[in-house]
Amino acid sequence: MNETIDRPIDTSHMQVSDEVAIQISQMNKWYGTFHVLRDINMTVQRGERIVICGPSGSGKSTLIRCINRLEEHQAGQIVVDGTELTSDLKNIDKVRSEVGMVFQHFNLFPHLTILENCTLAPIWVRKTPKKEAEEVAMHFLRKVKIPEQANKYPGQLSGGQQQRVAIARSLCMKPRIMLFDEPTSALDPEMIKEVLDTMIALAEEGMTMLCVTHEMGFAQAVANRVIFMDQGQIVEQNEPREFFNNPKSDRTKLFLSQILGH
Amino acid sequence: MSELHAQTVPFVRDSMLPQELPPASQRGAVKWVRENLFSGPMNTILTVLSLLVVFLILQSSLPWWLNSVWNANSLAECRAAVQAMAGEGATGACWAVIRERWHQFMFGFYPRGLYWRPVLAFALLFVALAPVLFGDNARKRMILLACVAVALVLALIGVGTDLAHVSFAIVAMAAILAVSHLAPARLIWATLLFPAVGFFLLWGGSVWGPIGVLMGFGVLVAVYRLLLPMLGVVMGTALGFLAACVWWLMIQTHVTTVLHNLMPWGLEAIDSDQFGGFLLAFTIGVTAIAASLPLGILLALGRRSDMFLIKTLSVGFIEFIRGVPLITMLFTASLLLQYFLPPQTNFDLILRVIILVTLFASAYIAEVVRGGLAALPRGQYEAADALGLDYWKAQRHIIMPQALKISIPGIVSSFIGLFKDTTLVAFVGLLDPLKGVTAIVRADINWKGIYWEPYIFVGTIFFLICFGMSRYSMYLEKKLKTDHR
Repeated sequence: MNETIDRPIDTSHMQVSDEVAIQISQMNKWYGTFHVLRDINMTVQRGERIVICGPSGSGKSTLIRCINRLEEHQAGQIVVDGTELTSDLKNIDKVRSEVGMVFQHFNLFPHLTILENCTLAPIWVRKTPKKEAEEVAMHFLRKVKIPEQANKYPGQLSGGQQQRVAIARSLCMKPRIMLFDEPTSALDPEMIKEVLDTMIALAEEGMTMLCVTHEMGFAQAVANRVIFMDQGQIVEQNEPREFFNNPKSDRTKLFLSQILGH
Repeated sequence: MSELHAQTVPFVRDSMLPQELPPASQRGAVKWVRENLFSGPMNTILTVLSLLVVFLILQSSLPWWLNSVWNANSLAECRAAVQAMAGEGATGACWAVIRERWHQFMFGFYPRGLYWRPVLAFALLFVALAPVLFGDNARKRMILLACVAVALVLALIGVGTDLAHVSFAIVAMAAILAVSHLAPARLIWATLLFPAVGFFLLWGGSVWGPIGVLMGFGVLVAVYRLLLPMLGVVMGTALGFLAACVWWLMIQTHVTTVLHNLMPWGLEAIDSDQFGGFLLAFTIGVTAIAASLPLGILLALGRRSDMFLIKTLSVGFIEFIRGVPLITMLFTASLLLQYFLPPQTNFDLILRVIILVTLFASAYIAEVVRGGLAALPRGQYEAADALGLDYWKAQRHIIMPQALKISIPGIVSSFIGLFKDTTLVAFVGLLDPLKGVTAIVRADINWKGIYWEPYIFVGTIFFLICFGMSRYSMYLEKKLKTDHR
């Protein structure tokens, strides 16, 4: 179904704990008068890997952007790691430093080298000494397999390399939760694989991950749960095998037939 | 046999062709001339016409430049010397006026014996700028400082400074060079202290005045440090600033008076109306440039703020200032501002002009910086937010370095415009180099009727300074270009 995942992933050891990482209840969001997210209820356990999919405009990106308050919700409750997101800036900063985010367009800082991209937040938010921050950054750059690019600027790297740097940059903050907002959508097919491999490696280490993606191969290989959204609502959620082989809702069936049909 | 077949006959090359130069008409100067000057009939006509114009200009002005007279005491003597040199009816430039009056173009009516003070202040300006201009390039910084040191000594001797002050300057510059070599980071103190040092050198008076003002900043920092753990950054800064204002407005005068009576150290006080020429242009220009950039950045941020009141105030300020001619602001400075101040406050005219020129420039800078901010993709803000950087940290490390880099050409244009606009202070009776000093020179009976030479002299100096700024901005753009687009 999707040739980018070429190895069997052993998920048996990826334990999901009972601890709640994210709790969203009765959450609603509007853009002006447009109701983008309607009555979202969702619990994410620590160590869970969730893939969110759905047609464009279904609110999936908005949903994960609400989790680190890049978007503000107007009703309901979001609790991340025991901290509720309100307009209190202290809580927002606390949540943001615990939650890493990877964007569709990488959003690396073009005026800083790869290494500086990775050390900036640890130095200025976590107050890590520079030397230590650099060691940590090199550790994660090795992990995403591009330590040799550390002193280059983002503009000198390929898209796939940039996205791996973006992942390393997030990891340098030692987040407990990672959000991925269509991390492979802006990449060439060849580069998608290198980014997905990095994400799989992360999943194997037990990171709590929420991933908006159209990579159904990735969803089947690593997700514990697939959430399908349409028109700002969660339409269906299930464990991947059931979700793909035996979808319940007509909307889901239509969506799956369209993206897997060809 | 068809044509097609003839081309498919097997062929094997047995000797390789050596490289050859292109034909003579297709290389070097000949090619350049053909391509750039005579590439077609129209182009050829335009080339000939341009050459004709250049020739006519040279024909009429070259004798004037070549017949320059440097030694004379009046315009009449100049003319006589030109006639004697080049014959009846010849014209010639009379640079003798610059030779005799250069000090007025440079310093206005600043006392002649004290020229070492503005010269030293000017040299220290470059010392203050060194860490800003070449902070990360030790070699360039040392070259700059060494050139400044040499130029300073030569200039001091040139303006006839006594040996004591020249040796003082040499020692000071040697110390600065040593600091720059051994502890470059410390050089930033020269930058921070320069406003007070420069003010003291230019205006003189008691040394305790500038020190008192600096102590106000000390109060600010002390209160901020004290309150930071309890009240956070914003309240700490606000209360620190309040405490500093209390110091400046209510306490400082008493303390400095007492200190001055105990230790009456200082330099001879110079009145603002003795300032003139490029000394005045630099005093106003440099201060306004240095102050308008941070103010402009704050205004640009205010204009993009989510906070309604801050946004409205910023927009109102920017639009008001941009809607009013600079001359109006200058008249406000010289006439109106006094009405709003308590009676008997003696608020220096140059200071008032500097404040209003600064406000004027900051509105333009704000709009330029806003352009840079708007050019940044939203993703940069989001990435900074997502990493947990707060507003000010994101501004300092992510947003401003990029937005200012984009805005460099616009900012430097504003600075150049501001520097040239300092000549407008002639309208409020200050002695700017272009109109003020030149009018005085031309009012002298000896130099009555001269007009090209002073304007060319002043114009050349303005050009050199503005061209220098423009070149530096190009260097900066190149240095900061990291996006590899």
